[in-house]
Amino acid sequence: MSKESRLPPGTHFLMGNYALAEGAVAAGCTFVSGYPITPASEIVNRLSVLLPPLGGGFLQTEDEISAICSAIGASWAGAKAMTATSGPGISLMQENIGFAVATETPLVIVDVQRLGPSTGVPSVGMAGDVIQVARGSHGDYQIIALSPGSPQDMFDMIIRAFNLAETYRVPVFVIPEAFIGHMREQVVIPDVSQIQRVSRKLPAPGTDPMNRRDFQDPDVAPMPVFGRGFKAHVTSSCHDEHGMRNLSDPTIMHSFITRPIEKILKHRDDIVQVEAEYAPGDIVLVAYGSVFRSAKAAAQSARDQGLKVGTLQLKTIWPFAEDEISEMAQNAAHVIVLENNMGQLFPYIKAAAAQYCRVDFMGPKLLGQIHDPEDVLGFIKEKCA
Amino acid sequence: MTVIEHPLRKYTRPHVKRTTTCPGCGNGIVAQAILRAIDELGLNMDDFVFVSGIGCSAWIPSPLFAADTLHTTHGRPVAFATGVKLGRPESYVMVASGDGDLTAIGGNHLIHAARRNIDITVVLVNNGIYGMTGGQTAPTTPRGLTTITSPYGTMEHALNISEMITAAGAPYVARWTTYHPRQLTRSIKKGIQKKGFALIEAVSQCPVQFGRASKIGKAVQMLQYFKDNSIRVDKAAGMSEQERQGKIIIGEFVDTEKVELSSQWVELSKQMMEEESCHVKS
Repeated sequence: MSKESRLPPGTHFLMGNYALAEGAVAAGCTFVSGYPITPASEIVNRLSVLLPPLGGGFLQTEDEISAICSAIGASWAGAKAMTATSGPGISLMQENIGFAVATETPLVIVDVQRLGPSTGVPSVGMAGDVIQVARGSHGDYQIIALSPGSPQDMFDMIIRAFNLAETYRVPVFVIPEAFIGHMREQVVIPDVSQIQRVSRKLPAPGTDPMNRRDFQDPDVAPMPVFGRGFKAHVTSSCHDEHGMRNLSDPTIMHSFITRPIEKILKHRDDIVQVEAEYAPGDIVLVAYGSVFRSAKAAAQSARDQGLKVGTLQLKTIWPFAEDEISEMAQNAAHVIVLENNMGQLFPYIKAAAAQYCRVDFMGPKLLGQIHDPEDVLGFIKEKCA
Repeated sequence: MTVIEHPLRKYTRPHVKRTTTCPGCGNGIVAQAILRAIDELGLNMDDFVFVSGIGCSAWIPSPLFAADTLHTTHGRPVAFATGVKLGRPESYVMVASGDGDLTAIGGNHLIHAARRNIDITVVLVNNGIYGMTGGQTAPTTPRGLTTITSPYGTMEHALNISEMITAAGAPYVARWTTYHPRQLTRSIKKGIQKKGFALIEAVSQCPVQFGRASKIGKAVQMLQYFKDNSIRVDKAAGMSEQERQGKIIIGEFVDTEKVELSSQWVELSKQMMEEESCHVKS
């Protein structure tokens, strides 16, 4: 790998975290902040090399709180900004993830998930943060979170994450497990001309936010970034659509919470992506991240043995793919949910599917170890015999 | 009838007609010192980004100042400001916030911004108490003072903020009180012009909480107290620890030049981009 410049288009053999770093610069990211943490460090290690020649840089902060705050600050200064960490860092960032939600700040947050709770095991993957990325900050809100299942996904999904963040003016999570971050596999980097890059909309010139709608438009308000004379007023305290603090009007309190939620849910069809490979009457394995690889292998073995088994991969974890799961369950014989945790997404999937067919959960034999496809096949035969 | 407008009114948002500060609060003096400094330097408000945290003094720029203002979470304005400055090095970035915000919950960010020497001007309003939440002990509360959360007198020692930030390596550190608005204004001007991290500690009166807890009294008595108990740094140097007890040491503690962070970022990028374009040509 060349030391100072981006990898050229073509086929490479890359670690997932390095693929993500290449994808971030391909997306136009210029500001990255972070604090060293296993298993995410390779991302910022690589970006500290790649960013200066692109006119940007990496800031190593004193803690993860500073990492998220400086990334939000850089985003308001007009940069495409990102921070990368693991679960313990996300726990520290949570208050200010809420700040990014409340101030509608475009931002990408990478959580290379490790085994927890607490310091846990740094280098072993687990999908333990699936709920915390959606619900970890206080108050009520919606989030976007993407789940890569391969180093190629790391490259592709980080670009998509930046584009979604810029399109909808929201923080977007990319949440690989440590396995995907450290996995080495083939990654195809397309030519620059083939990479779609989206940038946030800016308001028309004007110096008074009282004459603009800077916030709370379900169709996404243009962002009055700093230094252009917009005199933007940004606060995460309850504010009206001009950004002005209001702690007394109940209707403003209501829309302060509901409109950013509405903004994501209104565009959920554009945001939610699933990969469906099933036929009517199939037993369907629902999985995401590294576990999907086992599900896919198990489904293939099952079909080779004459069983009717399909798969549904959740590429977007949040907003939740409720409609896609209901649609699948309506014609499924049986749904089996595979997760590398004790069943974090299972209650949501069950709520969407259980009125149509039976829904079972299968964790790995040992948490932190990816499901053995043989075990999955055994589970299918046992439950569906 | 002739309407006389305050000469600094042009720097505040037209629709903001009142502030949230209590009668007698020192925030007004600090706000004027900031705006007067910008006015005297002949700078444009659109060249500034003002960042503040949580607490009474965080409401000095937000929503009052007619500029880009970022009102952040408790303790974090310096961390946000660091990102703003690196994302847009050509802007002046100023933080206005309190002692609880910047040295208790946010102390680590303040220390590291000074260590990095990033070009941010921090106007730290030190009133020695938590005002907004009702008069609780702060890290800056003098030992022995009875507050809402130290009903038997605080047992902890007070933090010397300017000394701490001097030790962290800031190239400009000054402390004044609200009794010294001209000196305060001059230091804010120097802080803005300093290419590097500048801390201006403004010891300020909170008559409602500190004035009551200390029994010093209302705003006028507090300003009188600042006048009577302030000692210039050069004079204090010759005094014993005992003589300095209970005094407010005022003046400039540091005024030096030091390589700054955001300009190094810009320089490195420029250099690498030039190298890259040479490489492509050859």
